[in-house]
Amino acid sequence: MIQLSEVGKHYGDTRALGPVSFEVPRGKAVGFLGLNGVGKTTLLRILACDLRPTQGVARVGGSDVLEDPHAVRRLVGYLPESPPLYRDMSVTGYLRFVGHIRGVDPASLTERVAEVEELTGLGERRSSIIGELSHGYRQRVGVAQAIVHDPEVLIMDEPTNGLDPVQISEMRELIRRLRGSRTILVSSHILTEISETCDEILVLHDGEVVASGTEDELSARVLGATAVTVSIRTTPASGVPVEPDEVARRLRSIEGVTDARPRQAGPATLTLEVDARGDVRPELCRALVEAGHDVERLDRAPRELERVFLELVGGGNA
Amino acid sequence: MRAVAYIFRRELGVYSRSPIGYFVAAIVLLLDGLLFYAQALGPLAGERLSGEVLAAFFYNASGLTSVAAVVLSVRLIAEERQTGTQVLLDTSPLHDWQIVGGKFLSAFAFLTGITLATIYMPLLIFVNGKVAVTQILVGYLGLLLLGASVLAIGMFATALSRHQLVAAATGALVTATLFLLWPLSRVVDPPISLVFAGLSIHGRHFTGFQAGVLHTRDVFYYLALTYFFLLAATKVMEAKRWE
Repeated sequence: MIQLSEVGKHYGDTRALGPVSFEVPRGKAVGFLGLNGVGKTTLLRILACDLRPTQGVARVGGSDVLEDPHAVRRLVGYLPESPPLYRDMSVTGYLRFVGHIRGVDPASLTERVAEVEELTGLGERRSSIIGELSHGYRQRVGVAQAIVHDPEVLIMDEPTNGLDPVQISEMRELIRRLRGSRTILVSSHILTEISETCDEILVLHDGEVVASGTEDELSARVLGATAVTVSIRTTPASGVPVEPDEVARRLRSIEGVTDARPRQAGPATLTLEVDARGDVRPELCRALVEAGHDVERLDRAPRELERVFLELVGGGNA
Repeated sequence: MRAVAYIFRRELGVYSRSPIGYFVAAIVLLLDGLLFYAQALGPLAGERLSGEVLAAFFYNASGLTSVAAVVLSVRLIAEERQTGTQVLLDTSPLHDWQIVGGKFLSAFAFLTGITLATIYMPLLIFVNGKVAVTQILVGYLGLLLLGASVLAIGMFATALSRHQLVAAATGALVTATLFLLWPLSRVVDPPISLVFAGLSIHGRHFTGFQAGVLHTRDVFYYLALTYFFLLAATKVMEAKRWE
């Protein structure tokens, strides 16, 4: 759906981006992760036909952004960091205007606008003046304007910027709902936002893509291992005694596991950290259950993506 | 043309929802009224013929229309850039001429409304005098053509800058220069005086309209000026869209 080949942007002698090359298949949700100022916004603006690349070829849906920008603009819905809202208009009036200029069939526009308002949780605010809405609602209107023409590609630049924790959670849920068959590009410097909403991650640093892949792939590639946290009950129903070192030894014997160590032994729960090549969670679970242990929790280690990120952007020792 | 209509409708809505539209309309109508009173009934009236009073009305109205056109046009694009909404238009499949066209027509429609709201003043002349209806019609045609030209200059200025004050200053400067060409043409020698007079936005080209005389060359001049500056505005938009 999206192909970039050696795409770059320079302002005079200053390099803002690239050259970067990557492809995004149709229907994938890809997150662009990077510190502020590494070129995420530049990249997204190029794909939204808001900024001209100074080198390379960028294609969206088979159309070149330079040769046929209008064809690309028809395919793309774009939510910039600051939503482009006419604060004097009502929510419905604004969405109707955006639908008109983005070529939505006038006969179906009323229905489409109502559908988008429901999807983005704006139903009760449809008559409100945008300038009188809270920041969270304005951000929703920003998302609504990006999808009102049902684009094949949705580009969102820092969609949770400035939102409170509840609004962030709602926005993530909204992004997950929007996926469907759509190709979604999201940029953020918030790690959990990317890991929770995207299939794939592209890490940008100093204007270049320094790594790409799923969270598992990045962990395996960068850290050399996937980290898993396992919690088991210390008083299992089976009565099997729980010896932390014995449990760790058993886990280390599983193929793919490179290390297992007890982290925290409480009165009721024993927590272990396991490093492995690839995702071995099913094997870990099976081995523990077969040994008579009660598994309470088994998931990817928290802050793993953060470790990956810091390694990639050279902040591992920070 | 549909896209032009959508932009036109939205922009016309802004004039009706924001104070700027009402403010400009109120000031223009107030000053037009005061000047007309002074020319027709007040101390300046004297023993003037009705036709002369009407010509003076159009003369005064032309200045006010020009100022109003600059004020109404400066926000059209600069404000979008200032508030960050230009990205909405830039990333939509609209052509730049559609954006410029829709915005220009909305400002022109609003300016036409203000201009036509002064119609009661020339009609008052009929109470105590007599003027040709054609003089009124031609005079208003001149005001609208002049207004369109200054609006187009304003469109060009607002396309150049993201700051409304800079856009206003640029628009006012270009318009003032074109106004000053007429008095300048009288103090310089030919052939420069002919060039200045030919390019002047007011004197030579507006005098006929205020007297009720319709010259094709004047109509063509204002239309050409409007087209030129709208084209220039479109080209500036095109250049800035892909920075």
